[in-house]
Amino acid sequence: MGTSRFQSSLAKKFIMAFAGLFLITFLFVHLGINILVLLPDTDWFNIAANFMASNLIIKVFEVVLFGGFIIHIIYGLVLQIQNWWARPHRYKVEGWSHKSPFSKFMIHTAIIILIFLIIHLINFYFRSKFGEMGEVTINGNHYHDMAALVLARFKLIEYVIGYIIAFIILGFHLHHGFQSAFQSLGLNHYKYTPIINKVRTLISIILPLGFIIIPLAVYFGNY
Amino acid sequence: MNIKLKIWRQKNAKAKGKFEDYTLDDVSPEMSFLEMLDALNTKLIEEGGDPVAYDHDCREGICGCCSLYINGNPHGPGEKTTTCELHMRSFKDGQTLIVEPWRAKSFPVIKDLIVDRNAFDKIIVAGGFISVDAGSAPDSNSILAKKENADEAINSASCIGCGACVAACKNASAMLFVSAKISQLALLPQGKVEAMDRVNAMVARMDELGFGNCTNTYACEAECPKGIKITNIARMNREFFAAKVVG
Ligand code: HEM
Ligand code: FES
Repeated sequence: MGTSRFQSSLAKKFIMAFAGLFLITFLFVHLGINILVLLPDTDWFNIAANFMASNLIIKVFEVVLFGGFIIHIIYGLVLQIQNWWARPHRYKVEGWSHKSPFSKFMIHTAIIILIFLIIHLINFYFRSKFGEMGEVTINGNHYHDMAALVLARFKLIEYVIGYIIAFIILGFHLHHGFQSAFQSLGLNHYKYTPIINKVRTLISIILPLGFIIIPLAVYFGNY
Repeated sequence: MNIKLKIWRQKNAKAKGKFEDYTLDDVSPEMSFLEMLDALNTKLIEEGGDPVAYDHDCREGICGCCSLYINGNPHGPGEKTTTCELHMRSFKDGQTLIVEPWRAKSFPVIKDLIVDRNAFDKIIVAGGFISVDAGSAPDSNSILAKKENADEAINSASCIGCGACVAACKNASAMLFVSAKISQLALLPQGKVEAMDRVNAMVARMDELGFGNCTNTYACEAECPKGIKITNIARMNREFFAAKVVG
């Protein structure tokens, strides 16, 4: 298998689309765990968060996940740079005939998501791995008190606003990305593509909304 | 009608080029866009100037030569029309029309509004054909094709290779063109024989020539004067992955 197998424009798109869909499934799992922080008893969230940080299978999965992000990001950037090169002289009058509304702004939404991702990793992920953490004892076992960390952050208005903006932007990214991934994988069908197009709207609303509810509830509720 | 024009003028491939302003009175709404340009050129020649160079041939929407980017749209406003089929009644009296050549690294400007679309021919040469022995015509029923596939192949084959898809795409991607040319053959039994080699060769050539990557904005489908569908691109993707897995 020559290197060209992965260098072709179509292969890059295939890999990117695959990684993108994988990241979407991960976001649903992530949301499922995050929602637990809103339960009256934060033990559930702490147990889940610590399980995600320590279970061996999850650890393997974590490598796959990081790989997924890195592949998606690197391929996304490479494709974008090639695309800019493909039109060195731009039009005086910009064209607006694209049919997928957010398709023109994928790189812009992507960069905002990337910035969010970096801040997010510094605040929560690296902190729980390497930083100072409070501890809780649940049924005699010691756990990192992730819940306290999350709740404290979401009492700060700048975090709440930043978080909300990031997820609205992610919604835009996914509105194009979800259906685009199927097309990139060659899956366009007169019967199923209209369904995918309905699901894309659903996903791009439900997923960000799910994440956004959490800081809003923490900020305005009794947490 | 009175029409104001802002037209890209460029002496040759190396020259820098810039927009020039022109006004044209007495434009009839019944004129085609190219007839309007002819009127402008007559005027320029009479005044001792250099006429605007633009591509055209059939003037009935079948050759794919005409290629003007008008006010942000390849082939101007209107669905499924080539520039030669576009009429001045599509514009308002006194309107300013900004006319640019197709812009893509793989379509360099030759002069004014004419670009070199040889890249498309090179992609076809790479594999957009079937290898058959020429001879007497075979019996029409000796190779059976499914009706739906034959219809779909004809739809794909209606691509006139004008390059509006490249011009419209924010990435200057040629995938609508290439996928139509792959599909018209891949859908028929005669084309299936070489399908894998074809998709590999044509996609590789397309990449080599410096066209951008498809990001599924579907601007190509919106602007295609022949209504070529993006389902062709999905088919090309499938063909390509099948070829990579198997071959
Ligand atoms: C959890 C976060 C993310 C998810 C779920 C996600 C998902 C997706 C999906 C499904 C696509 C469509 C892929 C295709 O059609 O081939 C896409 C496209 C894209 N993504 Fe992401 N993405 C995420 C984060 C990022 C980040 C951080 C970057 C880079 C900085 C990025 C860059 C891009 C770019 C540039 C595209 C456009 C490619 C195209 O239009 O073909 N994405 N994303
Ligand atoms: S001149 Fe032939 S298609 Fe317009």
